[in-house]
Amino acid sequence: MTDARTTRPDPRDGAPAGPRDGVGAGMLDPVSAAGPRWRRPRLRLGRWSAPLGLLGAAVGILWILVALLAPVIAPHDPLAQDLPILQAPGEGTLMGTDALGRDVFSRVIWGARVTIPLALLLVVMSVLIGAIVGAVAGFFGRAVDEVAMRVTDLVMAFPTVILAMVIAAALGASLLNAVLAALIVSWPAYARLTRGLVLGLRSSNYVVSGQLLGFSPLRSLGRDIAPNIVGPVLVLASLDIGTAILLLSGLSFLGLGAKPPTAEWGSMVSDAIQNFDAWWIGVFPGLAILTVVIAFNFVGDALRDALDPKSQTIRGGGTTL
Amino acid sequence: MSTSTKAVRSPRSRGGRAAHPFLRYALRRVLTSLLLVVGVTLVTFVLTNLVPGDPVAAALGQRAAEDPAIVSQFRATYGLDQPLVVQYFTYLGNLLQGDLGVSTTTHNPVVDDLAKALPATLEIALGAIVLSVVIGVVLGTIAAYRRGKASDHVLRVVSLAGLSVPTFWLALVLYYVFYFQLHIAPGSGRLSSDFTTPPTVTGLYTVDALLAGQLDTFLDAASHLFLPVLVLTLYTVGLLTRFVRTAVLEILDQDYVRAARAKGLPTRTVVFSYVLRGASIPILTVVGLAFGSLLSGTVLVEAIFAWPGIGSYAYQAASHLDLPGIMGVGLLIGVMYLLVNLIVDLLYGVLDPRVRLAS
Repeated sequence: MTDARTTRPDPRDGAPAGPRDGVGAGMLDPVSAAGPRWRRPRLRLGRWSAPLGLLGAAVGILWILVALLAPVIAPHDPLAQDLPILQAPGEGTLMGTDALGRDVFSRVIWGARVTIPLALLLVVMSVLIGAIVGAVAGFFGRAVDEVAMRVTDLVMAFPTVILAMVIAAALGASLLNAVLAALIVSWPAYARLTRGLVLGLRSSNYVVSGQLLGFSPLRSLGRDIAPNIVGPVLVLASLDIGTAILLLSGLSFLGLGAKPPTAEWGSMVSDAIQNFDAWWIGVFPGLAILTVVIAFNFVGDALRDALDPKSQTIRGGGTTL
Repeated sequence: MSTSTKAVRSPRSRGGRAAHPFLRYALRRVLTSLLLVVGVTLVTFVLTNLVPGDPVAAALGQRAAEDPAIVSQFRATYGLDQPLVVQYFTYLGNLLQGDLGVSTTTHNPVVDDLAKALPATLEIALGAIVLSVVIGVVLGTIAAYRRGKASDHVLRVVSLAGLSVPTFWLALVLYYVFYFQLHIAPGSGRLSSDFTTPPTVTGLYTVDALLAGQLDTFLDAASHLFLPVLVLTLYTVGLLTRFVRTAVLEILDQDYVRAARAKGLPTRTVVFSYVLRGASIPILTVVGLAFGSLLSGTVLVEAIFAWPGIGSYAYQAASHLDLPGIMGVGLLIGVMYLLVNLIVDLLYGVLDPRVRLAS
C-alpha cells in the first residue's frame, strides 16, 4: 500500500476500478503527500510461483518452437483433403481427421503459427498505443486527458468480447479485422494503468525538479517517469497474452476471425459443433489453446509476484473468456 | 481521510443544496450511466455505418445503383442524404421506440428475437452468477486464510487454469462426456421434447414450472440448466476466487480484524461479521465484472448446447454476418452490463457511507 507505484491517485483508474478504489487502500494512503520512493524491482520468487512460471515458460517456448518448425513437424498438409474423413485418432493419424479428410494433428501444429504471433502482435500494439495515450493524458491532463478517458469509458462500458464481436462484425469477417477489433478493446486497460501511474509521478519531487532544470516534457516522461512504469505495464502485458489468445480464438469460433480453410484453433473447435461424435475434431485444438494460455498465464503470474507483489491486476469485464 | 481526499478530488461540490447524501450519490451514478448508455448507442451507430461497401449498392443491386436518379431517391427515402448527426438522432429515436432493425437471418424484428431469447440467457446467467459468487467467496476466503500453505497454491493453480480454459471448448468437452458418453446430462435445449413449456410468468422455465406446480417439468428444466451453468460457473469462479483472496488478505491485515481474533471470537464470527463485511466492496466490484465475462461467456457457450438464448442468437448472427442482429445483441448486453454496474455502484453507497459522503 505504501508502494507508490501501485497507488492510483485518481479514483477512476487502475485496480479495483472506479470510485470503489477510493474507499479501500488509496484513500487513507499518505503516499500522495510523501511522494514516490523509487526502488529497483526486487525479484521475489515465491516458493511455488517460480517453478510454475518456469513450467509455463518451458511450455510457451515449446509452442513457439512448434510454430516456427510447423512445416517440419506436421506430417500432412494442413489444408489437403486427401485422407479418409472422420477417422478416429490412432487409425492412421495421431489425432484423427476432420469432416473434410484433413489431418487434425497437422492442423493443430499449423494453428500455432496463426494464433501465437497474432496474439503477441496484439499485445505489443495494445501496450504501445495504450502507454502512449495514457502517458500523454496523465502528463498533460486537461482536454487531452478528458477526451482519452471518456473514450476508454466508452470501450469499457461493454464486456470486452461483446464489443470485439460487434466491431469485428462491422469490419467484416477476417483474421486481420479480428485483430483490429481486439486491439480496439484492449488498449484502454494500458492507457488507464499508465495514466494513473504517470499522474502519480508527475508531481513528485524528482520529476518536478527535473522540469525546473528545464527538462522537456518528453525527457521527463522518457527519462524520469517511464522507468517507473515499465514494471506494472509488463506484468499486465504478460497476463494479457493468454487473454489475447482466448479473445482471438473466440472470435474465430464465432466465425468472425479466420476464414474456413485456415487452420485456426478457435474455428476448428467451431467445426466440431457439426460433428459431436467425432470428439477429436474439437478436443485437440481446444487443448492447444488451453496449454498455450495456461503457460503464458503461469509466466505472467510469476512475473507479477516477482515484480509487483502487492498489485492486483484487474481488467474490464470479461477480458478473459 | 480528509487530506488525501482533497488531494484526490477537486473540492468542487462544496456547499451546494443539502440533499440527502445518498440520493445525491445515486443521482450522480444514474446520470453517469445514462450518459454511458448514450455512448453505447453512439458506438453501435458508428459501427453500423462503418460497414464496408456502399449500403445503396448492396440494397439496390449493381445496375440500379448506377442510375443517379434511383440512388438519390433511395437515399432520400432512407434518410441517407441527411447529415450523420441527424441520422444518429433518427437511429436513437428508433431505438427508443424499440426498433433495432430487422435481422437478415431470421427476417424478424431484432427486438422480437431478443425478447424471446433473453429469458433463456437470464436463466443460465443468474444461475451461474449465484453459484460462482458462493463458490468464489468460499474458495477465495479459504485461500486467503491459508496464505502460503499448500491449499492456497492449489487454489491458485486451479483458478489460473479456470481463467485459461476456452469456455467454448469446455462446453464442448462437457457436453460430449456427460451427454454422448455417460448419458447423464440431458440433450440440448431448455426442455426435453416430451415436456411442454410451463405457463409463462417470468420466462425462466424453472421458476415458471414451480409456480405452476409442475415438479417434473421443474426437474427437467433444471437438469437442462446444469451443464451450461456449470461451464459458465467454472470460468467465473477462477476470476472471483483470485479476487476475493486479494480482498480478504487486505482485510485480514487490518487492526480491527486482529483485535477480533485476539479477543478470541470464533472464526465463523470473524469471517462473516468482520472480514467478509470489510471485503464486501471489492467483492461487489468483481461480481459486476464477473457478470460481464459471464455475458460474454454465454455468447461463446450457448451455441454448443443449442440453448435458445441471446448467445446462440449472437453466434448465428455472427456466422451469417447479420449486422442488425449483432448490433442488437451488443446493445442489449452493453446496456445490461451498465445496469449491473449501476446497481453495484449504488450498493457501494448503501454498504459504505464513506462512498456517498466522500463526494
